[in-house]
Amino acid sequence: MKTMKRKVFTAAALTGAAIMVTGCELPVGVETDQKGYRGLGLEQVTKRHLEARKRADMEIPPVEGPASSSGPKAGDIYENVEVLGDLSIGEFNRLMNAITAWVAPEEGCNYCHVPGNFADENIYTKIVSRNMLEMTKTINTEWDAHVGQTGVTCYTCHMGNPVPENIWYEDPGMKQASGFSAQRMGQNLAGDNVASTSLPNDVFSAFLQEDPKNLRVTPRTSLPGPEDPDNLMDAEWGYGLMIHFSKALGATCTTCHNTNNFPDWGTSPVQRVTAWHGIELVRMLNVDYLNPLQPVYPSNRLGVAAGDAPKANCATCHNGLQLPLDGAPMLNDYPELNRVERREGWTPAQDEAATTEAKADVAQDAADA
Amino acid sequence: MAEYQNIFNRVQVQAEPEAGVPIERGNRERIGKPTLVYWFGKIGSAQLGPIYLGWTGLLSIVFGLTAILIIGFNFLAQVNYDVIQFIRQLFWLGLEPPQPEYGLGIPPLQEGGWWLMAGFFLTTSLLLWWVRMYRRARALELGTHVAWAFASAIFLFLCLGFFRPVLMGDWSEAVPFGIFPHLDWTTAFSLKYGNLYYNPFHMLSIAFLYGSALLFAMHGATVLAVGRYGGEREIEQITDRGTASDRAALFWRWTMGFNATMESIHRWAWWFAVLVPVTGGIGILLTGTVVDNWYLWAIDHGVAPSYPDVHPGVEDPVK
Repeated sequence: MKTMKRKVFTAAALTGAAIMVTGCELPVGVETDQKGYRGLGLEQVTKRHLEARKRADMEIPPVEGPASSSGPKAGDIYENVEVLGDLSIGEFNRLMNAITAWVAPEEGCNYCHVPGNFADENIYTKIVSRNMLEMTKTINTEWDAHVGQTGVTCYTCHMGNPVPENIWYEDPGMKQASGFSAQRMGQNLAGDNVASTSLPNDVFSAFLQEDPKNLRVTPRTSLPGPEDPDNLMDAEWGYGLMIHFSKALGATCTTCHNTNNFPDWGTSPVQRVTAWHGIELVRMLNVDYLNPLQPVYPSNRLGVAAGDAPKANCATCHNGLQLPLDGAPMLNDYPELNRVERREGWTPAQDEAATTEAKADVAQDAADA
Repeated sequence: MAEYQNIFNRVQVQAEPEAGVPIERGNRERIGKPTLVYWFGKIGSAQLGPIYLGWTGLLSIVFGLTAILIIGFNFLAQVNYDVIQFIRQLFWLGLEPPQPEYGLGIPPLQEGGWWLMAGFFLTTSLLLWWVRMYRRARALELGTHVAWAFASAIFLFLCLGFFRPVLMGDWSEAVPFGIFPHLDWTTAFSLKYGNLYYNPFHMLSIAFLYGSALLFAMHGATVLAVGRYGGEREIEQITDRGTASDRAALFWRWTMGFNATMESIHRWAWWFAVLVPVTGGIGILLTGTVVDNWYLWAIDHGVAPSYPDVHPGVEDPVK
């Protein structure tokens, strides 16, 4: 009897330990897709329940039928139509409706327009959206190395939210004691940007802004050369950025690398080239389009630590998927987005500083709080 | 079979604790009245004490505590003396070595000076503990095998934190103190120097590590299995047939054709364990000093195979 009890106890303890070791996750619903030469573990692992969760908020709004391109131009009829002036009235209004559904479905037109006076320039969201339209065109027309023919629309990042869910601000981490105590060197806290590892956290400021740190730290020769400017600590920064890639795209190291030798391009999957252009693209977006908007935003839209503008990283568009929106070709239905053009000699009818907060914006913040 | 009938058993006999053999310098080095602790008896000897600390032991503990306090208080300062955050972030917090610009110089306290001091105190503590271990073995007129095994671990510790940074001319190459930070360092080390798995000394170290586990399991299982025949009296049994020792040897000879002896198995185990940090330390010392990219080195020397190109035409976009 006693032996029986002991055996049951041992079996229960072993089962419990096994469950603890597997992190309470049963090995079911896990799919492995071979990505490289057989037997080398070059594979993409996906978990079905996570894939479903990532797509929970993804509901692409229905497309209105195409509008006629004939008739008077929006810029000639309406006041203060700066970047969409060359669209016909029909195209213009169709696009406005689409943008409302993509960006501010709950807040409506008044998110970017002063109620009763659509021409009013005294609302920051209108100024921002103008820059965003230009940015969208630049991405679609100059960066096909990254976005291909699929391109992007407002919905790619916004997905029905006035502010995209995945944006970033400079983040030095929690306050640390000054004086003689050892500094954290930008790392060694559970980092939000780097999947809760203790790697350097603010990898976005380091790599996705002007004067980026060098990512190529692994020597390309087997024996030491005369001088290596890169250091072991630099490798931790690059590793942190790669963790962000992995989380932002639901990817693994082997999505882009043959991990036997990370720096080698010859044995890498083609995704690595796309990703390389992605780094260049995001850096351009931050430097050319997002940083310059800093003076336009009201203070509640700026970073807490540094008062910087909200910026983009891989997750802003990818939202956990290797192809944003699973590659839905939304741009095909809205070719007007590629006809954004700043009108020459345009000056706003009212030229006061446009930093008034949108009413809907304030209401949204109150609701969030 | 009732457990007490086995000569190797877990039965605890409660009796007067014993003070141990007399040694040449007398018994004054033994401090404390020995007691018996039932729960200690569950995993080892039930007797607690007497203990010998001595000057080397005392100083080792003082230096070790100093190192731990330096590390701990810097952790606390890094979360602005917030105790709750200190507990939450404990596994993430780290004390980083000096930044590269200081080379092998003395950096300010806040930029690596504390790391250097903690490293000094921890090293001193380990070396003093080694001296203590060596001298206790001599006092009992034992061999010094344990001390030399411990020395091999200290060698690896110094390779990581002292010898290699000195060879590289840069403290920043050393390992930070901290649970996750030192693991991140390990991965970064492999990323920076072209995949440590292709370092042959890393391969050897892993082989000895897994080998140690295997030998430990084989030996432990064998001795427990022959306990019913008095397997612990291994040496006096080896000349006779049918004894525990003879059966243990036969078991392995039958299952794999070859068997260690009751003496050689302990040499196997000792060398396997000692060679883990020794080969590992050599691998560390060669990285970045003699070899910069282990994968490319392995290709140069026919260690790594090459595979068919399944992603043709991928090129570095930076020409």
